[in-house]
Amino acid sequence: MSEEANYALPQSDPESAPYWEGIQQGELRIQRCAACQRHVFYPRTLCPYCHSDQLAWVSASGRGTIYSYTVVHRAFGPFAAEAPFIIAIVELEEGVRLMTRLIDAPRERVRIGAAVQVSFEQVSGRPPLPFFRLAE
Amino acid sequence: MSRVFAPRSPRAAIVGVAESDLGYTPHRTVLQLQAQAARAALEDAGFSFDEVDALFCAGNWSWSPTLTLAEYLGLRPRYSDSTNIGGSSFEAHIEHAVAAIEAGLIEVALIVYGSTQRSDRSRGRVSPTYRLTEQFEGPFGLPTPVGAYALAAMRHMHQFGTTSEQLAEVAVATRKWAMLNEKAMMRDPITIEDVLTSRWIAEPLHLLDCCLVTDGGGAVVLASAQRARQARKPPVWVLGHGEAHTHATIANMPDLAVHQAAIASGQTAFAMAGLRPEEIDVVEIYDSFTITVIMTLEALGFCPLGEGGAFVSGQRTAPGGPFPMNTNGGGLSYCHPGMYGIFLLIEATRQLRGECGPRQVSGARLALAHGTGGVLSSAATVLLGKD
Ligand SMILES: [Zn+2]
Repeated sequence: MSEEANYALPQSDPESAPYWEGIQQGELRIQRCAACQRHVFYPRTLCPYCHSDQLAWVSASGRGTIYSYTVVHRAFGPFAAEAPFIIAIVELEEGVRLMTRLIDAPRERVRIGAAVQVSFEQVSGRPPLPFFRLAE
Repeated sequence: MSRVFAPRSPRAAIVGVAESDLGYTPHRTVLQLQAQAARAALEDAGFSFDEVDALFCAGNWSWSPTLTLAEYLGLRPRYSDSTNIGGSSFEAHIEHAVAAIEAGLIEVALIVYGSTQRSDRSRGRVSPTYRLTEQFEGPFGLPTPVGAYALAAMRHMHQFGTTSEQLAEVAVATRKWAMLNEKAMMRDPITIEDVLTSRWIAEPLHLLDCCLVTDGGGAVVLASAQRARQARKPPVWVLGHGEAHTHATIANMPDLAVHQAAIASGQTAFAMAGLRPEEIDVVEIYDSFTITVIMTLEALGFCPLGEGGAFVSGQRTAPGGPFPMNTNGGGLSYCHPGMYGIFLLIEATRQLRGECGPRQVSGARLALAHGTGGVLSSAATVLLGKD
């Protein structure tokens, strides 16, 4: 597709670099706070719960459940050609939520609460992203 | 029964309101629209530009909207506020302006908004990179804001059993109000079936669950109690106000089925005014999407959490119904130039003045204007009353 060049790319920065490096290596990295033991996503300098700066990178299990989802029928820019597709907010076992796209997920099997597993996918020639697949 | 006076005497009042040209205005710049609205609102108040000592505006058309607009209008404000928390910014501006009036810093505030977002669409956009917190959501392709509201709607349906028919009730009732407003863009009647059979945008939201995309602007003049007595028309008193925000990205919304920012802003505003939800005669609630309205009604206490769908059923919010809401036709059918909050204040003021002709809510003495911004991120509530 000639549209490929128009995809905006996520801009890695000093704080997010370990996350994006993890994605390249097939690992979903999140942070864990040593002070309050809670997991944190997206990466931060201060824990949003207790404001400690004792945040360390950990490897997430990649398992979670669908917290909510939408079937996108009309998308903008280069994403328009990919519609319909399913966007979900997944709650990981570690307790954090993140936005993702569901892949190879039949519409009728997608429901809130369904178990999902991370799957690093390259779509339309873009760098890999942490998509999710139904685990059942 | 309406109560007219707040427990403490109000310190500020809305004295002027106006819209600019609305709809599709490719012949006008965003500055022209704001100049047009500002002048009309000041004329409505009977005030001159020279009397304005504070400028409030929000927009993404300039790195500093108040600097640019003040220079363009020939104003040299001694108080400036370009707080941008999304579509609710203008209700927040009311709160900030009242605080500045109470602090004795200003006497007359001009709040202005304008957007040429509809005309701009045809000009094309350069793809941005996803920076900072956007990098974790942008690459997946969710259309915002609609996709974020769809995620909230899906969760609300899951948690509370809300139905697509209930969402459609809001769109149908709002269209009935628009049919009574000659300035509204969309004035053909629609049915619940029309909403349900309109094309999907992002499930569970159909096209007719979504606000319009228009150009347009508006302005509000707020004055101290003393100056308000000198205005051309009776003052519309600010009885209570509150604001809050909880998140910026939808994945970080604490509970996708509960508009927690609106719970906070509403509680503050009602406590300040010494009023209860059932005392309000007319409500103007930000309707970016039908789900926004249902979640806001619950959060403000007009009904319990989870019962917003039942609350709007049976066309209870339509003209002639027991709960007059979004009486100008709302963002769904009247206009929606990106950030709609200023139009909520304009309509609430006109209703309390009795200026609304065929859509006038008879005997309206107390009104609520509630803005929601971002992706259910921010909320600001303003309670208004007349003498
Ligand atoms: Zn912590």
